[in-house]
Amino acid sequence: MKLSFNIALRFLNSSKGQTFLIALGIAIGVSVQIFIGSLIQGLQIDLVDTTIGSQPQITITSTSDDKLIGDYESRLSDISSDYEGVKHVSPSADGPALVTSDEENYSILVRGLSFEAAEGIYKTKERLVEGSLPENKNEVLIGTTLKDESGIQIGDEVDVLTSSGENQALTVTGIFDFQVANLNSSWVLTTLETAQSMFSYDDRITGIEMQVEDVFLADTISSDIQADLPEDLLAENWKDQNASLLSGLNGQSVSSYMIQVFVMISVLLGIASVLAITVVQKSRQIGILKAMGIRDSAASLIFVFQGLMLGIAGAILGILLGLGLAYVFTRFALNPDGTPVVPLYINPGFIALSAGFAIVVSTLAALIPARKSSKLNPIEVIRNA
Amino acid sequence: MRNVIELKKINKIYGSQVKTQVLFDLDLAIEEGSFNSIIGQSGSGKSTLLNIIGTLDQPTDGEVYINGKRTDQMNKNELATLRNETIGFIFQFHYLLPEFTALENVLMPYRIQYGKVPADKLKRANELMALVGLEKVKNNKATNMSGGQQQRTAIARALMNSPKIILADEPTGNLDSETTETVYNLLRDINKEMGTTFIIITHDRRIAETADRIIEIKDGRIALDI
Ligand SMILES: Nc1ncnc2c1ncn2[C@@H]1O[C@H](COP(=O)(O)OP(=O)(O)O)[C@@H](O)[C@H]1O
Ligand SMILES: [Mg+2]
Repeated sequence: MKLSFNIALRFLNSSKGQTFLIALGIAIGVSVQIFIGSLIQGLQIDLVDTTIGSQPQITITSTSDDKLIGDYESRLSDISSDYEGVKHVSPSADGPALVTSDEENYSILVRGLSFEAAEGIYKTKERLVEGSLPENKNEVLIGTTLKDESGIQIGDEVDVLTSSGENQALTVTGIFDFQVANLNSSWVLTTLETAQSMFSYDDRITGIEMQVEDVFLADTISSDIQADLPEDLLAENWKDQNASLLSGLNGQSVSSYMIQVFVMISVLLGIASVLAITVVQKSRQIGILKAMGIRDSAASLIFVFQGLMLGIAGAILGILLGLGLAYVFTRFALNPDGTPVVPLYINPGFIALSAGFAIVVSTLAALIPARKSSKLNPIEVIRNA
Repeated sequence: MRNVIELKKINKIYGSQVKTQVLFDLDLAIEEGSFNSIIGQSGSGKSTLLNIIGTLDQPTDGEVYINGKRTDQMNKNELATLRNETIGFIFQFHYLLPEFTALENVLMPYRIQYGKVPADKLKRANELMALVGLEKVKNNKATNMSGGQQQRTAIARALMNSPKIILADEPTGNLDSETTETVYNLLRDINKEMGTTFIIITHDRRIAETADRIIEIKDGRIALDI
C-alpha cells in the first residue's frame, strides 16, 4: 500500500510535464464547473431576489364577504413563533381609492402598513428617494411615477376618495421608488391606523404578509400554515403565482447540470486515456516489479493512487482557477453603473462538491489503467527487452 | 546435496494456431549451492527454460519444483511471494526503476514483501552496494550510472532478500569483456560465500567453463550435461 503510493508519487514526479498537463486538464474541468455553477446560481439568486425579494412570499387573505381579518395581533405572533423558516411577518390594510390633483383623477391602492414590521419585506427606508416615512395619522408616501404624472410634491395635502365615497385629506411626507412602474404609480403607503380609519376597517386588516428564509420552501411552509388556519383564511405563496419563473429556473438548473456532467465526462475520458498510456510507458517497471514479486493488486494500486493524486492536485488547482475566473468576471464584466453584470454566488458547499466529484472521477478513470497493469504479464516485458 | 530445483517432463509449446514446440520432455535437477551455466545456440530454448524455472512462464505440461514445492499449480499471488523470497533475477537488461536511486532499487524486493525498511535491512542494502563496488554512486538515479554499474546494481537487488536461487539470463550480454570478467568473479564469490544456487545462461564458452556444471540445450533438449 505504502510502496504503491511511493511508486505512484515517483512516477508522477519523473514526468512532471505530463503530470502537470493532466492536473491542468482536471483543473480546467473543475474551474469551468465552479465558474458556470457560480454564474447560474448567482443568476438565479439575482433573478429570484429581484422578482420576489422585495415582496411578500406568503400572503394570508380572507375569503369572507368583507375580506377582513380580525384579531390579527395574536395570529401574527403565532405565525412568527410556530413556523420554522418564517422571517418577517407584517400586517397590511389595503383599499382602493382615487386621488385628485389638478383636476385629474389617479386610481391608487392605499396600503396601510406597520412600517417597522414591513421594513423586512419592502425595505421602505432603502426605497425612499426623498422625504421621510409617515409618523402621524394621515401622512403618506407616494411613488415616483405618481409624483411625476400628477405633480404632487412632498408636503402637499391631497384629496383622496375611497370606494365607499369617503373623502380624506392626506399629507405627502416622502417619495419611494420600488423600481416597478406599476407599484410606483399606484401604491400609496401609509400607517395601518390611517388606512383602517379611512376604510372603516376598525381593528381589522386585509392581509398578513411574510417572507421566508429559503424562498423555495415557501410552498411547504404555506401549506403548513394553511392547515392551521380557520376556513375563511387563505394562505398563498409566490410559487403559485410564478409558474413560468419557476420553470425557467428549472430549465437553467438542468442545462447547468448537463454542462457540468459533460465537462466531467470529457475530463474522465482524458485522464483515462493519458493514464492508459502511462501503463505502456511504465510497463518495464511494472514488469520487473512483478518479476520481483509485487502482487497484481499492489501494481494496480499504483495507478489508482496516481489517479487520486492527480484528482486532488487538479481539484485544488481548479478551485483556484475557478475562483480566479469568477473574480476576473465580477471585476471586468460590469454594468455601466459599475455593478457586476451577474453577481456570482460563491457557494463553498458546491465548490467542495465539484472538487470531490473531480477526485472521485479521476480515481475512477484510473481504474482502467489499473486493470491493465494488473493484467500485465512480466514475461511479455522481459521477453521483448 | 539436495535438489533445490527439479523439472520433470517439461514441454513448452508456443502459439495456439501455429504451434511451435520449444522444449521437449525436459528433465533437470539442480543441486543446492551449485553454480550452473546453460549454453546453446540462439533460439534453442534457453530463456524459455529459465523463465519456466523462475515461474515467470508456465510449461505446457510437466512439473516444476522449487525448493521442494510444486509451482506449476500455484496461483499468481503464491508465485509472487515465492519469487520474492526464493528467486533473484538478473536479466540481460538491468530493468532498474529509473525513478529511484540505485540503493532504493536494491531495497525494492524487501519493500515489496515487508513494506517498511528497518535499520538492519538498510545496512544490508548498503553492504550489498559495497560488495558490488558501488558505494560511491549508490544515491545516483539508476539512469545516472554506466552500463556495468547498472548491471551490478541489478545483481545487488537480486541478492537483497537472500534468495536461495539466482537466475541470470546473459547477465553480461551488454557489457564489455573487462566488466564481464568483474561481474562473473562477483557472482562466483557470492556463490562461494553465501551458498546461493546460480543458473546462468551465457553464450561465452570461456565463462561457461568456469562453472561447476555446463548444460547445453539444443533444439529444446539437453544435449550435453557435464
Ligand atoms: N512468445 C513466443 N511465441 C512464439 N515463439 C516464441 C515465443 N518466445 C520464444 N519463442 C520461440 O521459442 C524459441 C526459443 O526461444 P528462447 O527460449 O528465447 O531461445 P534462446 O533463449 O535460447 O535464444 C525460439 O525459436 C523463439 O522464436
Ligand atoms: Mg535467450
